[in-house]
Amino acid sequence: MSILGTRVVRTEDPRLLTAGGTYVDDLREPELARAARVTFVRSPLAHALITGIDTSAALKAPGVIAVLTAADMDDLPPPPPPPAEGEGPGESAPVPLGGLWSEPLLAVDRVRFVGEAVAVVVTDDSYQGEDAAELVGVDYQPLPAVADIEAALAGESLLFPAAGSNVALTAGAPPDPGAFDGCEVVVEQTIVNQRLAPVPMEGRATAASFADGKMTVWASSQNAQIGRFIVAGALGLDPGAVRVVTPDVGGGFGAKFGVDRDGLVVAWAAKHIGRALRWVETRSENLVGMTHGRAQRQVVKIGGTADGRVLAYRLDIIQDTGAYPRMSGFLPFLTGLMAGGPYDIARVETAYRVVVSNTTPIAAYRGAGRPEATAAIERAIDLFAAATGVDPAEVRRINLVPPDKFPYHSGSGAVYDTGEYVAALDKVLAGAGYEELRREQARRRAAGGAVQLGIGLASYVEITAADAAAGETARLVVHEDGKATVYTGSSAHGQGHHTAWAMLVQDDLGIPMTDVTVVHGDTDLIPAGVGTYASRSLQLGGTAVHKAAVDVKDQARRLAADLLEASEADLELDTERGTWQVRGDPAASRSWAQVAASAGPDGLAADANFTEGQPTFPFGTHLAVAEVDTETGKARMVRHVTVDDAGTVISPVLAEGQRHGGIAQGVAQALLEEMVYDADGNPLTSTLMDYAIITAAELPSFELLASETPTLANPLGAKGIGEAGTIGATPATQNAVIDAVSHLGVRHIDMPTTPERVWTAVTAARTSNGAREAR
Amino acid sequence: MIPASFTYQRALSVDEALDLAAKAGEDAKFLAGGHSLLPLMKLRLAVPETLVDIGRLRELSYIRDEGDDIAVGALTTHDELSRAEMLTRELPLLAFAAGQIGDPQVRHCGTIGGSLSHGDPAADLPAVALALAARLVVRGPAGTRQIAAADFFSGLFETALEPGELVTEIRFAKPGRPAWAFQKFTKRAIDWAIVGVAVQGGRVALVNMGSAPLRAAAVEAALASGATPAEAASHAAEGTSAPADLNASRAYREHLARVLVGRALSDAASRP
Amino acid sequence: MKVSITVNGSPVAAEVPDRTLLVHFLREQAGQTAANVGCDTSSCGACTVLLDGRSVKACTLLAAQADGREVVTLEGLAPPGNGAMHPVQAAFQAEHGLQCGFCTPGMVLAAVSLLAENPAPTEAEVRTALEGNICRCTGYHNIVRAILTAAGEGRSA
Repeated sequence: MSILGTRVVRTEDPRLLTAGGTYVDDLREPELARAARVTFVRSPLAHALITGIDTSAALKAPGVIAVLTAADMDDLPPPPPPPAEGEGPGESAPVPLGGLWSEPLLAVDRVRFVGEAVAVVVTDDSYQGEDAAELVGVDYQPLPAVADIEAALAGESLLFPAAGSNVALTAGAPPDPGAFDGCEVVVEQTIVNQRLAPVPMEGRATAASFADGKMTVWASSQNAQIGRFIVAGALGLDPGAVRVVTPDVGGGFGAKFGVDRDGLVVAWAAKHIGRALRWVETRSENLVGMTHGRAQRQVVKIGGTADGRVLAYRLDIIQDTGAYPRMSGFLPFLTGLMAGGPYDIARVETAYRVVVSNTTPIAAYRGAGRPEATAAIERAIDLFAAATGVDPAEVRRINLVPPDKFPYHSGSGAVYDTGEYVAALDKVLAGAGYEELRREQARRRAAGGAVQLGIGLASYVEITAADAAAGETARLVVHEDGKATVYTGSSAHGQGHHTAWAMLVQDDLGIPMTDVTVVHGDTDLIPAGVGTYASRSLQLGGTAVHKAAVDVKDQARRLAADLLEASEADLELDTERGTWQVRGDPAASRSWAQVAASAGPDGLAADANFTEGQPTFPFGTHLAVAEVDTETGKARMVRHVTVDDAGTVISPVLAEGQRHGGIAQGVAQALLEEMVYDADGNPLTSTLMDYAIITAAELPSFELLASETPTLANPLGAKGIGEAGTIGATPATQNAVIDAVSHLGVRHIDMPTTPERVWTAVTAARTSNGAREAR
Repeated sequence: MIPASFTYQRALSVDEALDLAAKAGEDAKFLAGGHSLLPLMKLRLAVPETLVDIGRLRELSYIRDEGDDIAVGALTTHDELSRAEMLTRELPLLAFAAGQIGDPQVRHCGTIGGSLSHGDPAADLPAVALALAARLVVRGPAGTRQIAAADFFSGLFETALEPGELVTEIRFAKPGRPAWAFQKFTKRAIDWAIVGVAVQGGRVALVNMGSAPLRAAAVEAALASGATPAEAASHAAEGTSAPADLNASRAYREHLARVLVGRALSDAASRP
Repeated sequence: MKVSITVNGSPVAAEVPDRTLLVHFLREQAGQTAANVGCDTSSCGACTVLLDGRSVKACTLLAAQADGREVVTLEGLAPPGNGAMHPVQAAFQAEHGLQCGFCTPGMVLAAVSLLAENPAPTEAEVRTALEGNICRCTGYHNIVRAILTAAGEGRSA
C-alpha cells in the first residue's frame, strides 16, 4: 500500500520538541563564535530630510565597534539601472528598483517611513547595541507625511519628487459604459482590505561572515538560492563567492523572500568591517521593518438579473504599496487576474493604481493579492444576494463555474485547470447543516435577544505556483548503505517538507522514510533552486523529487539487472520491502545498498528540475458561523466548516495543518488585525499589545471536509494548499459577522469587524431605519 | 528589547526594603512580580536607577481570615488569589477578577500589591478594590498608615503613595451580602479591558473610564434611591472621562459602560 | 551581579549585568536556546519556561529574580535518555501540534503547567489557558488536540 495519502507524523518534530529549533539566533557555528551584534538606528519620522548624523557619542559607548551610515557605503556597486523609458517599474521585481523609485540600503538624505534604517551600530553584545543606538544623533527636517491612499492621491507631498507623482503605476481598462447593460440589479460598494503585518513568530534575522573572499549569509528566509543572487548583486560579488544558508526558519508567510534590505546591510557591514555579525530584530522593529501585506482600497460593482444570475462585475483597486514599490504592480495584478473568482461571469473588468505612501513597504503576505480578490467578489456576491433577495448560497450555486466548462477561461484572463465548485459548496452546506443554521438564525431573530447568529459563506478559486515555469529542483542520492538523501531547492519553514519529500521517496523507491534525509537551504549544497512561496512547494519541488526518484529507479533497474543477470524488462521493485527482484522470484533479490554499491564512481543519483506548463487553481468553500452581541458589537466565531480542494493530497496531516493555520490568519484579518497609522504616518500598532494577533481563546475547532480533484498539470495531481485557508476564511468570517446583523439593515462592515465597527454599523442602521419609519 | 541599566538590590525583609529604597532615593522602584514595571522598562518608558526586589518577601504572601476582615498580603499573586478557597467563599469578586487578569504566566508572577501600586486605570484590580472598599496598608519611612482605596488612586499611574512607601497588605471588610459581579470587555481574552465593571452590593466601580479607576457615583446614587438595574445602568457614563484610543472611541466606551453596568447589576441581582 | 540558577537540574552560575533578563541568561549563560524571544511586551509566550514548576515568561523576569530557584526549559522536560519525550511533547508530534517550531517550546511548557494545575481540562479551558501563547502557523487546532490528548493519556495512565 502506498504511503501517500496516509497519516504520517512529522520527522522534523522530535528535534523541535526536545531541543528546540536552530534559528539564526541559536546558531553556534565556528564562523559566528566571535560574531558582533548589529542594532539598527531607525527613523522615528514618517517623512523627513536627513540634515546630519552625529555618531560621535555612540562611538564612545561601551562595546561599540562601529557605527555605519550610508556615507560609509563607498564599496557598493552602482544601483540597478532604471527601467526602460515608459515601462514603469518592473512587474515583479523583488529587489529595490532603480531609477525614480530607487530604494537605498540605508537612508541617504531622506526617510520615507517610520522604521526605515538610517544607521547601524555594531557592538560586542545586543544589550550594548540598544544603548548605543539611542546615542546616534540624527537631525531631521520633517516633511508633510503621506499617511494613506487619500493623501497619496492628493499629491500635495511627494515621496519621490523627481517622479512628479505618488502614483507609481496605472493599469487596466477604463469602465465600459455598456458593461452593466441588461442588469436588473446593480450594487456598488467601496471596500477596504486593510494593511496587515505578517508577524512570523521569528522576526527577521541575519548573520554574515566574510572570510577568504567568500561571503556566508545565514538568513531567516524562504529562498536561499534567490537570496544568493540578491546578496551577490547588491554587494557586487560573484554569485560563486556567496553562500546563503537558511537554518530553521520560524515562519515566513510570504514576507521572508530572499534577503531583504536590512539583511543586505548586515552582509555589507560584515564585509566592510571584517567581522562576523549577527542581527536579530525585536518585535517592535519587525512590526515596522518587515514588509506589510494587503492594503488595498477597492470599489466593486456587481450586476445581474433579479433572480440571482450575475452578468457583470467590475473591480477597481488602489494598492497602497508603502514607501517603496518593491513589488510594483504584482499584487494588484494578481488580484485583477482572480477578480471574478469561481463564478462564470460574462463580463469582468478590472483596473488598478499603485500609490506610494510614508508607511512600511507592502509585499507578499499569505495569499498575496488573491485574498484581496476573493474578499472583494465574496462581499459583492453577498451584497448582490441581499439586493435580489436570493439566498447567498443559492446565488453562489447559480453562478459557480459548472464542471463541464473546464478548463475555464475566466473573464479576467486566467485559465482554471480543474474544479468541482458546486460540489464543494454543497458538501460544505451539508456538512454545516446550512438549513438548520438558517432556522436557528430565524428563531434568534424572532426572539430578539442580544446575541444573534450570522452565517457567512465564501466560495473561492485561487492560483498557486503562479510562476510555474520557474520550476523547482531536486537531487536524490542513494548511498551505499541503502539510505537516501534528497537535496531540494524548495525551502521549509514549518510546512513539513522533510516529511513529505521522504514520503515521496518511500512511495517511489521503497526506501523507508526513516532512511531518507532531506537537505534544504544551503547554496553550497544546492546551488540551483527557487524556494517557497505562492503555494508552489509540493507541485513543483515535490514533483521534482518524484522525477528524480523515477530517474534513480531507472538507473537502479539497469544496475540490478546486471547484478541479477536478468533482463531489465523482467525486473521489478518491491516497494514494500525496498528490494529489486526478478519478477516471480522474490528469493533472488538485491537491496538498495547492493544496487547503490554497484553503481559507478558517480554513485546512484539523479538531478531533476520540474517546471509546470501552467499554474494550478485550488478551490473550495468556507462557511463560518458567528455569534454577534448586538449590544456590544462583539463577534465570536462558533464554527468554521471548509472544503479546500487542492488536488491530490500527499500528506493529509500536513495539508490539514496548512488549512488550520490559514483559517486562523483569515479569521484574524476579518475580526482583529490591522496595522494602523495616524495622520502623521506614525504606526499605532507597533507592539503585539496593540497589533492583535488571534489566540486559541478566540477560535473554535475547525471542521475540515475532504475533497480531491486532481490537476493534470503535474504527475502528482497536486495543487498548492498553503494559502487556501486564508483566502476562504477571511470573507466567510466577514460575511458571517455582517449576516448576523443584516436583519437590522447592515449591508457592509469593513475589516477588521471590530466590536466598535459592528456597534457603529448597527447604530447607524437602526437610526436610518428609524428615520425611514418616521417618514 | 532590554531595560536601560539600573542597580538591582534584593530585600530580605520589609525593613530592609524600606531602608534600601530610602537610600536609593527618588529614582528607586520596588520590584514585586515585575509584570507591570518590566514591560515599561523594556520599552524604556520607565528608567529607574535602582530596583529594590521585594519578590522574596514571603512574609507578604498570605490570605488571612481576621474576623470581620480578610487580610491579603501585597505579594500574593493573581493566581493565588484566584485559587484561594477562602476568597472564593468570602470575596468571590476578588477571586474571580484575579483569575481574569492577563494570562496564566502573568498570573503566576503578578501581585495584588504591584497591580494596585501601579495605578493603571486599565487594570482590573483597582476597580475591584474600589468596589470592595479595600484599605491599603502602607509602610514607609514615616511608619505605617492605612489608605482607603477611594483615596489611593489619584490619577494616571498616580497613587497616594509617597516616595519610599510600600503597600504591604490589602484589607477587605467581608461583604454583608454576596451580590457581586465582574464584567470585562476585551477584543481578545489576553487584552486589557476596554471597559470593565466591578460590582459589590451597592458599590459599582469602572475600569478604564477615566485617568484613574473610579466609582460610578451616578449609578450608585440611582441604585440607592431605588432605581431598577436598567435605569441605574443608564447613568454609567456620568462623571466619567473615558479615554479615546486605538481600541475604542469615548462614545463607544460610554456605551459599553452602560451595557456592562446593566449586565453586571443583573448578574449581581442573581446572586442575592 | 552573580546569579545562580538550577537549569534543567544543573546549577548554572554566572556574573551578569543586573538588567539581564532570564531568557537571555538561559540562552547565553546556560546554553539552553529553546526558549525564544518573540515579542517585547510579554504578549507572545515564546519564552515561556517553568520557574519552580509554574509557567512564566522569561522575557519579563530578571535573571536576578530567578537567582537560587529552579528553571525547566524545553530541553529539560523529557527524562534523559535516547529520544524519550514527555507525554506533552509526544502528543504534540502525534497531533501535528507544531509547524515552524518557534512558539513550540513556550507552548509545550504552558501546556505542562496547565495540566499540572488542571489535569483534565475541557477544550474551552485549554483555549483560555493558551491566551498568552501565540502561534502563527497551526491555527491552534492541533495544539488544543495535543493538549487534550496528553491530558487523556495522563488520566488513563
